[in-house]
Amino acid sequence: MSIEVKNITKTYGKFTALKNVSLEIPDGKLVALLGPSGGGKTTLLRIIAGLEVPDKKPETDICFRGKSVLNAHVAERQIGFVFQHYALFRNMNVFNNIAFGLKVRRGKERPTSSGIKQRVMELIGLIQLDGMENRYPDQLSGGQRQRVALARALAIEPQFLLLDEPFGALDARVRQNLRRWLRKLHDEIKLTSIFVTHDQEEALELADRVVVINAGRIEQDGTPNEVFHHPKNAFVMDFLGNVNLFHGRADADRFVYEHPDTKNGTLERFFARPHEIDLRPDNPDGTCFPATVKRVQLAASVVKIELLDHNSKEIYVEIPHEEYGKFQFKVGDSVFAVPKKPIVFKEDYSI
Amino acid sequence: MVLPGFRITLGFTLTYTALIVLIPLSLLVWHASHLTAADFFKTVGNPQVVASYKLTFTASFLAALTNAVFGFIAAWALVRYRFPGRKILDSIIDIPFAIPTAVSGIALTTICADSGWVGGLAKAYGIKLVEFAERYRLDFFDVPLLDKVDGLRIAYTPLGVYTALVFIGLPFVVRTLQPAITDFDKEIEEAAHSLGANRFQTFWRIIFPSLVPALVTGFVLAFARALGEYGSVIFIAGNIPFETEITSQLIYTQLEELNYPKATAIALVMLVASFTCMFAINMIQWYSARYSK
Repeated sequence: MSIEVKNITKTYGKFTALKNVSLEIPDGKLVALLGPSGGGKTTLLRIIAGLEVPDKKPETDICFRGKSVLNAHVAERQIGFVFQHYALFRNMNVFNNIAFGLKVRRGKERPTSSGIKQRVMELIGLIQLDGMENRYPDQLSGGQRQRVALARALAIEPQFLLLDEPFGALDARVRQNLRRWLRKLHDEIKLTSIFVTHDQEEALELADRVVVINAGRIEQDGTPNEVFHHPKNAFVMDFLGNVNLFHGRADADRFVYEHPDTKNGTLERFFARPHEIDLRPDNPDGTCFPATVKRVQLAASVVKIELLDHNSKEIYVEIPHEEYGKFQFKVGDSVFAVPKKPIVFKEDYSI
Repeated sequence: MVLPGFRITLGFTLTYTALIVLIPLSLLVWHASHLTAADFFKTVGNPQVVASYKLTFTASFLAALTNAVFGFIAAWALVRYRFPGRKILDSIIDIPFAIPTAVSGIALTTICADSGWVGGLAKAYGIKLVEFAERYRLDFFDVPLLDKVDGLRIAYTPLGVYTALVFIGLPFVVRTLQPAITDFDKEIEEAAHSLGANRFQTFWRIIFPSLVPALVTGFVLAFARALGEYGSVIFIAGNIPFETEITSQLIYTQLEELNYPKATAIALVMLVASFTCMFAINMIQWYSARYSK
């Protein structure tokens, strides 16, 4: 294990940001800490970096490659940290920003000035900012600044790369490009990296592992596939994409949706993603429930349909265009909906 | 971008500046022009006047420099640390702004005179210092303000002028630096630490350079204020010609003698010199802030 985090608790006055969190980060992986804002993911990242100190407890520890770094200052941890708002040194040009970590070294560890120059120019090539080494941060675009911040963190050849909402301040298009570029970069240099995000799409697309964090606890830790298709609880299900919640009754071996005329069985709550709902014009076996079409959006890779059920609750459905072509539902049509594989979570959770 | 209201705001700015600054100052030139060129240069080249220029500029510059150093430390402490009495201390910084300069002048004179707290200490330790220097034959201690009888004299010496100018200049440096220190992004400091920089390197290479523009502004304001200061200086200076007479005092003397052309001539030189200084310092500031748009 590259990074082991054991029993971390962090409180700010009365507010508990992290409750006894333990986490292992495997070598060479790109790991996402995903969760809503205020959930504790940034705090966890900052604690790993050494920018924040966890509450003092005997069982708390942070190990980098088996060695405890709990009492090491951030400057001694050899981590590359990338901030959401870049945190570039405004009084230095691109070259000096990237060179900073090497220039502040003392004695034997400090490379020669030609060594520094070579390394910095290499990194400038890597971030595709050739010819811009004399620009100041204020003369760069957001995406360029974030790449400089990344190069600056990589210059010190860190053990790990930690990124705090690295694309949070960028607009959608730049974000998308930079995301792909980062994934490619990670595949090339294989540096164990952790990034914080509140964007589930970003986490699923970019990461090898996704750690879902909410209210100071880890809700689930798994591959993108695991957390998306096999969410452990309702929170994870809800957070990783749109989800519909239904009330219904478990009747012998099948689910029957809450409907004025179903009274048998126990009331349960089911979850289903929009793309896992089928729409039909009829109700042959009685398992479907009636709804009305409220809105149809065709301008997307799938057809997005908004339904209203008999309680006037909104249900979001996504069906492929070919599928939609069969029935061509219009606004106001009565349809029948059926979740293909509804999921039931036992514990209480409200969306 | 084209913003509306450019002409009217520019017009207002020019008119206002003309009324408040340029018209009164042009009268200065007009009055001075009553003198012939020979008389003008005789007046401003008078050794007593030249001595006052030297004193005023030197004392103001040193006082502003002192305030730049200690004002920086004060602003830093007030912004970065939380300690009991911080808010009270913060308001005390403004006192030199708020009280009439004559009052501060009298107060400073009282404590810096031989019989005052500071003056008494300076006298006692000054004498000891001179005795020490004599015993070990340290000739370099033979400085003008130190002597065997009076010790270190503050009141009625250039040191007194300097002291008063330090007093009135402090708020300018502290108040211009405080917002700059507050605005300094904590993440930038953290970034420097994460790259392996120690606290000294972080301060010296990252934090300090970004505060230089504000520091220079504070310095300029303190310096400008010191050049024109009158009230707080005249009491502690004692106004001894060639020694502790500042230019403002000299101008005042000329005015009292109803010698307007001479007074304005002296003032005009002061004006040109101050403007040149300010302009030069501003150039430094523009240069130091060149990297930000």
